[in-house]
Amino acid sequence: MPALKVDNLAKTFTLKKPLFGAAPAGVRAVRPMSFQVETGETLGVVGESGCGKSTLARMLVGLLDASEGTIEIEGKALDNADPAKFGKLIQYVFQDPNSSLNPRKTIRQVMEAPLKRLYRMPRSEREARVSQIFASVNLREEFLERYPHEFSGGQAQRIGIARALAANPRIIVLDEPVSALDVSVQAQVLNLLADLKTEFGLTYLFITHDLAVVEAVSDRIMVLYFGSVVEIGDAKRIFANPRHPYTKLLAESAPVVGRPLTAPEQKGTELPDPLKPPPGCAFAGRCPNATDLCRTQEPELEPVGEDQLAACHHPIQD
Amino acid sequence: MTAFLKLLFRNRLAALGAVVLSVILILVLLTPVLPLQNPDITATADRFQKPFTEGHLLGTDHLGRDLLSRLLHGTRLSLAVGIAAALIAATIGSAIGIVAGYFGGRADNIIMRGVDMLMAFPYILLALAIVAALGPGLMNALIAVAAVNVPFFARNIRGITVGLAGREFIDAARLAGMGHIRIILTELLPNVLPVIIIAMSTTVGWMILETAGLSFLGLGSQPPQADLGSMLGEARSALISHPHTSVVPGIMIFLIVMSINLLGDGVRDALDPRLRSGALSRPRAMTLVERKGEVPAPTDDLLAIQDLQTQFHVGGRVYRAVGGVSLSVKQGECLGVIGESGSGKSVTALSVMGLVASPPGVITGGAVRFQGEDLIGASYESLRQKRGDRVAYIFQDPLSTLHPLYRVGRQLSEAIQSHHDIPKADAQARAVQLLRDVRIPNAEARVDNYPHELSGGMRQRVGIAMALANEPDVIIADEPTTALDVTVQAQILSLLDDLRRERGLAIIFITHDFGVVAQLCDRIAVMYAGRIVEEGPTSSVLEAPAHPYTKRLIACVPELGGGQRELAAIPGLPPLVDDLPPGCAFAPRCEKAQDTCRTSEVMLKGDTSRAVRCHYPEEAV
Amino acid sequence: MGGYIVKRLISAVPVLLGITIIVFLIMSLIPGDPATAILGSYATPENVEKLNRDLGLDKPVITRYFIWITNMLTGDFGRSYSLNRPVIDEVLERFNATLILAGTAFVLCSVLGILAGVISAARQYGVADKIITFVVLIGISVPSFFLGMMMILLFAVNLRWLPVSGMYAIYGGGDLPDLLRHLIMPALALAAVATGVIARLSRSAMLEVLRQDFIRTARAKGVPERRVIMGHALRAAMVSIIPVLGIQAGFVLSGAVYIEIVFQWPGVGRMLVDAILKRDLLLVQGGVVFVAACYVLFNIAVDVAQSLLDPRIKT
Repeated sequence: MPALKVDNLAKTFTLKKPLFGAAPAGVRAVRPMSFQVETGETLGVVGESGCGKSTLARMLVGLLDASEGTIEIEGKALDNADPAKFGKLIQYVFQDPNSSLNPRKTIRQVMEAPLKRLYRMPRSEREARVSQIFASVNLREEFLERYPHEFSGGQAQRIGIARALAANPRIIVLDEPVSALDVSVQAQVLNLLADLKTEFGLTYLFITHDLAVVEAVSDRIMVLYFGSVVEIGDAKRIFANPRHPYTKLLAESAPVVGRPLTAPEQKGTELPDPLKPPPGCAFAGRCPNATDLCRTQEPELEPVGEDQLAACHHPIQD
Repeated sequence: MTAFLKLLFRNRLAALGAVVLSVILILVLLTPVLPLQNPDITATADRFQKPFTEGHLLGTDHLGRDLLSRLLHGTRLSLAVGIAAALIAATIGSAIGIVAGYFGGRADNIIMRGVDMLMAFPYILLALAIVAALGPGLMNALIAVAAVNVPFFARNIRGITVGLAGREFIDAARLAGMGHIRIILTELLPNVLPVIIIAMSTTVGWMILETAGLSFLGLGSQPPQADLGSMLGEARSALISHPHTSVVPGIMIFLIVMSINLLGDGVRDALDPRLRSGALSRPRAMTLVERKGEVPAPTDDLLAIQDLQTQFHVGGRVYRAVGGVSLSVKQGECLGVIGESGSGKSVTALSVMGLVASPPGVITGGAVRFQGEDLIGASYESLRQKRGDRVAYIFQDPLSTLHPLYRVGRQLSEAIQSHHDIPKADAQARAVQLLRDVRIPNAEARVDNYPHELSGGMRQRVGIAMALANEPDVIIADEPTTALDVTVQAQILSLLDDLRRERGLAIIFITHDFGVVAQLCDRIAVMYAGRIVEEGPTSSVLEAPAHPYTKRLIACVPELGGGQRELAAIPGLPPLVDDLPPGCAFAPRCEKAQDTCRTSEVMLKGDTSRAVRCHYPEEAV
Repeated sequence: MGGYIVKRLISAVPVLLGITIIVFLIMSLIPGDPATAILGSYATPENVEKLNRDLGLDKPVITRYFIWITNMLTGDFGRSYSLNRPVIDEVLERFNATLILAGTAFVLCSVLGILAGVISAARQYGVADKIITFVVLIGISVPSFFLGMMMILLFAVNLRWLPVSGMYAIYGGGDLPDLLRHLIMPALALAAVATGVIARLSRSAMLEVLRQDFIRTARAKGVPERRVIMGHALRAAMVSIIPVLGIQAGFVLSGAVYIEIVFQWPGVGRMLVDAILKRDLLLVQGGVVFVAACYVLFNIAVDVAQSLLDPRIKT
C-alpha cells in the first residue's frame, strides 16, 4: 500500500465574473495528475515559478480544496478539506521559516499546539514529547521559552520541522524548505531531514526549484510544467537521461561548476499565459522538436524506457 | 511592557503629551471633590466677569456661571464621551474587520460593501442624519460619532487581518488542528491588537473633537449641562464683546487633542516595529562618509576598492558590514564576489557609488578609485556624473528596482538624458536600440510597456539595457539572476557574457552561487563576515580552495549529477558583524582552528592574483 | 479609459441606492409621530392626519421609499415645510455656496499639504521639517470652529483687515473681489486640519517611497537628486496620497458645517443644522442625499485620477 496515492487531483481557480458576458474558464493551476509515493520514499517535485507546485502541496495537506480528484493516505481517503483531519497523517514545512511562526507566541506554545489540538495530550506528556522532538532536531530546550524573532533562518526552519514532527505524521510535505537559507545552513537542514526520515520512518514530498538539491535528497523526481506532470523518473537518472525536452532544458540550464556557459535556448521564450492556455502541449512553443501534433493534442504521461514516464509525443530516445 | 514604556518616553514629545494629559485627567478626576462652585448656578448680576476676578479664577459666562467649574465639568464630560465613542467604535469596527478579513470570500464582500457604503458619506452627514433621527442630546451624539467611526476601524483592521491571514503561521495553526475561533482569538488577535491600539490612540483625539463639534452645533449636550463644545457654542454670540468665554474652552479642547495626538504618535512609533531604530528615515543622495585614517594611494586599475570600511550605525550599535575590503578590476575583466547573506558583498558593491542607504550606513575608511580618482571623497555632483555613466549597476529584483509608474522606454531614455544633452526623440530611439541589444523581441512595441507588463526575465533584460545605456566602463551586478527561474537565469547569464566580450566591459558580479561564478567570472573573491578570505583566478579557487571556509562552503553545495547523498555541512552560524570575535571570524566554526586563530588578527597573504586570509591554509598560495 | 469611467459610474449606482436606503432607514428610526413632531403637541388631529397624508406617511415603509426615490429621480425632493419652498431649490442654492467654500479649502489643503509634506520629507530632521511638523501638529489639534473664531477676533475685530462674516457685503458687494475677501478666513480655517493630515501623510508616503529599490536605481543611473525627489519619488508617493485626498475631501465637506455656522456662510451645512433643529426632515433627507451623491461622484473622479497615474490599475 503506498503512503500517498493521488488520483486525478486538479485545482482550477475560478475568476471573478465580469459585469458583462459569461464567467471566464478559470485558471487551471494544477491539471489532473495522478501519482503515488511509497512508504519511506522521498518524491522530489521540481518546477519553475507558476508550475503549480505550491498549489499541489497545499491541496495535499488540506489547506486548499481540490477541484477534482482524490487523495489517499495509507489507504484512507481524505477528501474533506479539514486540516485537522489531515494533520495527524500529513504535515507541512513552510518555505519561509520566520513567517510560519507566530511572532507573538513562544516556541513552546507553537510546539504544543498540535499536541493539544490533535491529540488532547495532558501537560506532562506534552512536555516529554516536546523535549524528545527537540532533541531529535538538535535544538536546545532553552529555546522553548523564546520568541521567533530571536532565531536565525536555519534555527527557525528546524523549529518548523520540529512542529511538523510533533503531530506525528506519516508524510511530510516540504515546500522549498531550504530556499530561504544560506548554503552552509541549507546542508545542515537537508542532512537533518535525512536523519529524521530514518528515525521516524517518514515519507517525504520534497518541493523545490533547485535541481541539485532535489537530486541530492530524492528517490524519485517528478517534473512539473504549467500545472502538469511532464516527467517522473528515478532521481539518479532523470537529469542525466531526460525523456522530456523540458527536463532536458532544466538540466542544461542549471549552472554547474566546470561546464561552459551556453544558453540552452536562444529564443526569447516565455511561459504560456495561464489565462489563455495554448491547445496541445504547453511546452510546444519552447520545444525544438515540436510538431503540429504537439500543438493540437495534449500528450499523456506514458512509460518511456524502463522506469521513467514522460508526457511527450516525441520523447527523447537514447 | 516596560520596554514599550521606555521606548515611548524616550520620545520627548510623547512624554510631554503624556504629562499634559495626565494633569488634565487628574484635575478632571478630582473635580467632584475640588472646592468649586456649582457649574449650573446662574447669577446674572455677575455675568461676563473677566478672568482673575475675585472668586472666579477664569471669570464667568453670559449667565454669570463660574467658568473654571464649568470648564472642568465640561472637560470631564467631553473626555468621557470621546473615549467611550472611541472604545465602542474600535470594538465593533475591529470585530467586523477581523471577521471579514479572516473569512474572506462572500462574507468579506458583503461586509466591505456595507462599509464602503457608509464611507461614501462625508462623516458629518451620517452623524447629522443620526442625530436628526434620534434627536439632539449628548448620548445621541456619542452614538452618532461611534457609528461614523466604525467603518474606519473595520476597513483598517480588515486590511491588516487579510495580510496576517495569508501568513504561513495561520496555515500552520490550521494544520495543528486549531478551529477558526481559536485561530482568531489566539493567533490573529495578539497580532492585530497593536494595530487596534495604534488606530485608537490616533483617532480618540478626533472623536473628542467630533463630539465637541456636534455639541457646538447645539446637537450634543443640552443646557444646562455643558461639555466643551457646547460651552464654545454658547460663547460664540459673545465672541467679539467677551472673547474670554470662547478662548477658555477652546484652548482646553486644543490642549486635550494635542496631548492625545502627541501621545498617540508616540504609541504608534513605539508599537510599530518598522519605525523603531529610525528605520523610516530618508536615505541621503549619497552615503555618509566619515573617513578616519589615511586615504590609500591611487593605483592604475580601472576600478579599485581599497581597504573599504562601511558600517551601519543603528542605535548605539555598530555593524561592521564591510571591514577593510580591497578589490580591483581591469578593463574587460569579470570579477566574482561570492559570500553568504550578511557577508558584506552587497554593501561592498553599493559603497562604490555611494548607494548604501544612509542613515544607517556610514563609510568610515578606505577609498574607491575609478581611473585613479577617489569616489568616496568626491562631491555629490562629480559622483552623480559617474553614476550610470562610467559605473553602472544591475540589481537583484527587477520588479522592485524599476519604477512601476514609468514606461520602460522612458526609464531608459532618462538614464541617457541624465548624462547627455540630447533631444528626447534621439534618446527614445537609443532606448529601442538598447532593448534590441539585450535581445528583447519586438523592441519598438516593448519600449511603451510598463515594468509590470513584462515577465521577470524581460524585466531583467531592461535592467541590463539600463546599465548599458551610457556605455559604461564598469558594471556592478548585484545578484542579478537570483530572483529568476533557472531556465531564464541561463539566458540572462549568457547574454551578460556575450555583452561583456563584445564591449570589453569590466564586471563585478555579486552572487552566492558557485555555479554562476564558475561559468561567468575570470577571478573570484570569497567574503566572510565583511572581509575577503580568499581571492584568485576562478579555476584555482574552485579546484584548490586555500581557505577552510571556501573549501567547506564548496563542499556544502550539492552539485547536479552527484545523486542522492549526505551533504557536507558547516556547523554553527556566521558571526554577527556587530559582535565579531577577535582573530579569524571563521575560527569558531573551523575544525583546524588553533589558539592563534582565535586571538590574533589574520592578514590577507599572497599577491594580487592569489591571496588567502588564514594561518593554516589548505593550499599554499 | 472611457470604458473605465463608464464602469466606475455603473458601479456607483448600487452605492447611491445604498445611500438612499441608509438615509431612509435612519429617518424611519424617528421615535413617535413625525407629523406631531413637526406641528407640535397642540396640533389638532385633523391637521396631523392631513400632514401625514401630504407627507405620504400613512403608507407602508417600502412604498414610501419607492415613492420618495422615484420622485427624487424626477428632481422632486419634496417641499420644505419650514421654508415653504421645494427642497431641491433650497439645496441647490445652498450647495453652490458650500462648493465655493469647500472647493477653495480643498484646493488649498491639497496644494499646501503635499508641498509641506514633500519639503518636510526632503529635509528630514532639518529646520524646515521641524517647523512644518510643529505647525502641522497645531493644525490638526485645533478644532476648526475655534480656529475660525480666533481668526475673526484677530483679523476682523482687532486688525480690521477682513469682514467678520457672510459671503457678500450687505451693501455694495456682490462682485468677485468682495467674495474673495469674505472667502479668505473661512477657507483657511476649513483647510487647516486637512492640510495637516495631508502634510503628515505626504511626508510619510515620501519617506516610505524614498526607501524603495527603484529610488536607488534612479540614483544609480545618475538622475539628479532634485528629479529623484520631485519626479520619481513624488510620483510614486502620489499613489498613496490621492486616495487620502478623496477621504479628506469628505472631511473638508464635513468641516464646512462648523465653518458655515461660525462665519454665517449661507451653505448647505448651516441649512442642515437649522433643518434638524426645526425638525424639517424632508429638507435634511434631501440635503444629505444630494451632498452624499455629489461626494460619490467626486470620489469616482479621484479613482479615475488614480488610474491615470497608476497603470497597474486595470482600466
